[in-house]
Amino acid sequence: MAGASSSVKSSRPLGKATRDAFGRALESLGESFGSLVVVDADVGNSTRTEWFGHKYPDRFFNVGIAESNQVGVAAGLAAAGYTALVSSFAAFITCNAYDQLRMSVAYPKLNVKVVGSHAGISIGEDGASQMGIEDVSLACSLPGFVVVVPADEASAKAATAAMLAHQGPVYLRVGRPDVPKVYSDETIHFELGKANTLQQGTDLTIIANGLMVGPALDAAEALAAEGISVRVLDMHTVKPIDRDALKAAAEETGAIVVAEEHLAHGGLGSVVAMNVAEIKPVPIRYVNLGDQFGESGTPEALIEAFGLTSTNVAAAARSVLAAKRA
Amino acid sequence: MSVPIDQLHAIAKELRKDILRMTTEAGSGHPSSSMSAVEVVTALYFGGFLNFDAKNPKDPNRDRFILSKGHAAPVLYAALAHKGLFPHEELMTLRKLGSRLEGHPNMLRLGGIEASTGSLGQGLSMGVGYALAARLSQNGSQTYVMTGDGELGQGQIWEAAASAGKYGLDNLTCIVDRNGFQQTGSAFDVLNMDPIDGKFAAFGWSTQVINGNDQQEVIDALNRARSNKGRPNCIVSLTKKGFGMLNLMTKLNDQNFHGKPMPAKYLEEAIAEVEAGLA
Ligand SMILES: Cc1ncc(C[n+]2csc(CCOP(=O)(O)OP(=O)(O)O)c2C)c(N)n1
Ligand SMILES: [Mg+2]
Repeated sequence: MAGASSSVKSSRPLGKATRDAFGRALESLGESFGSLVVVDADVGNSTRTEWFGHKYPDRFFNVGIAESNQVGVAAGLAAAGYTALVSSFAAFITCNAYDQLRMSVAYPKLNVKVVGSHAGISIGEDGASQMGIEDVSLACSLPGFVVVVPADEASAKAATAAMLAHQGPVYLRVGRPDVPKVYSDETIHFELGKANTLQQGTDLTIIANGLMVGPALDAAEALAAEGISVRVLDMHTVKPIDRDALKAAAEETGAIVVAEEHLAHGGLGSVVAMNVAEIKPVPIRYVNLGDQFGESGTPEALIEAFGLTSTNVAAAARSVLAAKRA
Repeated sequence: MSVPIDQLHAIAKELRKDILRMTTEAGSGHPSSSMSAVEVVTALYFGGFLNFDAKNPKDPNRDRFILSKGHAAPVLYAALAHKGLFPHEELMTLRKLGSRLEGHPNMLRLGGIEASTGSLGQGLSMGVGYALAARLSQNGSQTYVMTGDGELGQGQIWEAAASAGKYGLDNLTCIVDRNGFQQTGSAFDVLNMDPIDGKFAAFGWSTQVINGNDQQEVIDALNRARSNKGRPNCIVSLTKKGFGMLNLMTKLNDQNFHGKPMPAKYLEEAIAEVEAGLA
């Protein structure tokens, strides 16, 4: 399924897949980041690092289907002074090479950039084995890692630049299908660790990232028609989380919904809950993949079947609002 | 027990046509990766090697086949359908929501699947486990594992190879589908693992190198493996990726054809090439 593309339906105009935006950004940033090298593991045509590889063949290494080795090699390159980027499917790079990420990258705090593509169930027909649904949790469990989940084309591009400019290990999660546009290149403001407020509101806050930002905005629109004022945050950086934005959301709106294309355990929802419980406990509801593997199907059918829809986000919002008012 | 070779050739053709039809219908999948492996799968399931009863797929004494290169699932599903494990028309549900025939094999959903695969590199270790279990329970069960050639890049393969060598697992046979390609190009360029037989031999395996798209050679190699005592067996199966539709792949200018179904408009041409039996 290397070259083929699919898209996620939405009322918003469709942009490129975040993996494509990442791949293009990497290719163009190769010039200003002269010490950037890329290590592939036989999936560069899927993760789009091959575009960098075509332009800079001397700075691109394909070590074959061997993610553990891939990460170890990148660690060596980074320890020798290069900015080393590794990319594979999110499931393989985080799960297959986890000990190498822990021991060879995180522990010595090396400047390795880890990009997991094909995140979530929205990859579709390939099914569970290829779907990274636990990658954010695993990446967050690596001390010192920054963990980023961009929502669309423009933010994936900006996140790629921010990741390279950051000194230290970063995990960037990107997806396979074309996704609705949330930002434009002209208006986007992107800062690691700083949530973007997409819409102000007072009754509750929907916090989302990645694929779920679009449905969060759609849900907010539907709720507005019912007279409910919703704040929408794009929490693109899961670690370090924007505690100021969480504090404001809890204090000013008093109710939170967290939506993400990830398992319940250890993702954005967990991180939000952990911090809100400490700052100012308020009712929270979650829209995520729960505690189950994905399966084969079209992206659209899976998104419906697993409930990653604006309808479900809106239902969670009504539920949390009822809890707040109870 | 010897099955007439013509009968196996006919089955191999049916499997190839099924692979093409089901992946084109699904709109995704890996027909070329499936087609290189057809003669090996045909020999195992229909040539009298795999003691597997579709009416009793959980028989603890059965022989086992693990498709470690799980993306070639269509060849396995086609064989299991012809074995009578499920209705033939169910092949057309491949990769659809709710189907038992997932994009990669899922042992929870379908009997006859001996390992849930799709993350490359893991099947041989499970095969070592099955082979050790068979030795412990003294039930004479044989285990066959098929890996890709690109898949050999995974270190776990060699961890498994070393452990099988240590225990002298002569009830274990690993077939490497040496089709010369992996996802991003030639397997000789991306990461050449030659000599594959030499590497397995160094870990204490008995090895053979054969033309894996020649049905008789496959049968002979599996017979030799079965009578071999004291060491695990590796068969380096030299194949062509997409064997059966090579002319069409040449016409479409892609000798790897990795991870893409035959476009619907070429399906009948592909089927005709399979029927004609041209390489
Ligand atoms: C651990 C892991 N990494 C990457 C992939 C993605 N992938 C799927 S098929 C494939 C190439 C397989 O090549 P090979 O083993 O030679 O099998 P072939 O398709 O040629 O039969 C890759 C890299 C995967 N499935 N698992
Ligand atoms: Mg191959």
